[in-house]
Amino acid sequence: MDSSDLEKGLARANTALVTVLYFARLREALGRDAEELALPSEVRTAGALRDLLRTRGGAWETELAAAKPVRIAVNQSMASGNTPIGGGDEIAFFPPVTGG
Amino acid sequence: MNIRVQTEDFDVGAELAAMRGDRAIGAIACFVGLVRDVNDGSVVAELTLEHYPGMTEKALADIVAQSKERWDIMDVRVIHRVGRLHPTDQIVFVAVAGAHRGEAFAACEFIMDYLKTQAPFWKKEQTPGGERWVDARASDDAAAQRWHGREAS
Repeated sequence: MDSSDLEKGLARANTALVTVLYFARLREALGRDAEELALPSEVRTAGALRDLLRTRGGAWETELAAAKPVRIAVNQSMASGNTPIGGGDEIAFFPPVTGG
Repeated sequence: MNIRVQTEDFDVGAELAAMRGDRAIGAIACFVGLVRDVNDGSVVAELTLEHYPGMTEKALADIVAQSKERWDIMDVRVIHRVGRLHPTDQIVFVAVAGAHRGEAFAACEFIMDYLKTQAPFWKKEQTPGGERWVDARASDDAAAQRWHGREAS
């Protein structure tokens, strides 16, 4: 399947399901490590998803606030707020890394 | 190239010995990171390392691939431990083999600097004041940043 077939397939689907993961401090503050989410059609980037999650209020609003240093990965690669997302993607939110 | 994420400890001598097969190798540079008992003024009794399974291995492989593009090196080994660790425990191992020491030293430092800022690991410390997530350091970002736009030597 090439990318244009994939896009047609996604356009046919009424809902684009994505997997959202949370790690470390974010996982604890938000009280969950993973969820499946139906993406509203207007949410097309990782940054737009972050904005959407923030509207849940409470810890979501404070932890995902624009001023917080939240890192994003899309399909297990470091991403930015502008990175496009769509059905089937795995999007992860986490604090700056502290390994080594 | 050999990349491992594991809870078990590792034997530095055995790892280095395993890299010695190629007769063209003239140098192996190696770094071992240990758990300190004091961080940011607090006594650390225990450290828990969390990671993002799947992405971790991918990020480490990408960092090693970048080092092989920059320097003429022959073999790389990276081991990073996860789970519960204590002061004096080994956390991370990076070894680079090449024909000469220059590229081995440089690639080893590059891999560590990128690992600190790009690989999805997070440390949580147990201190007398309770548990706390370790904050990322600006000095680590600066260390990784200095490789940008710099040619391999």
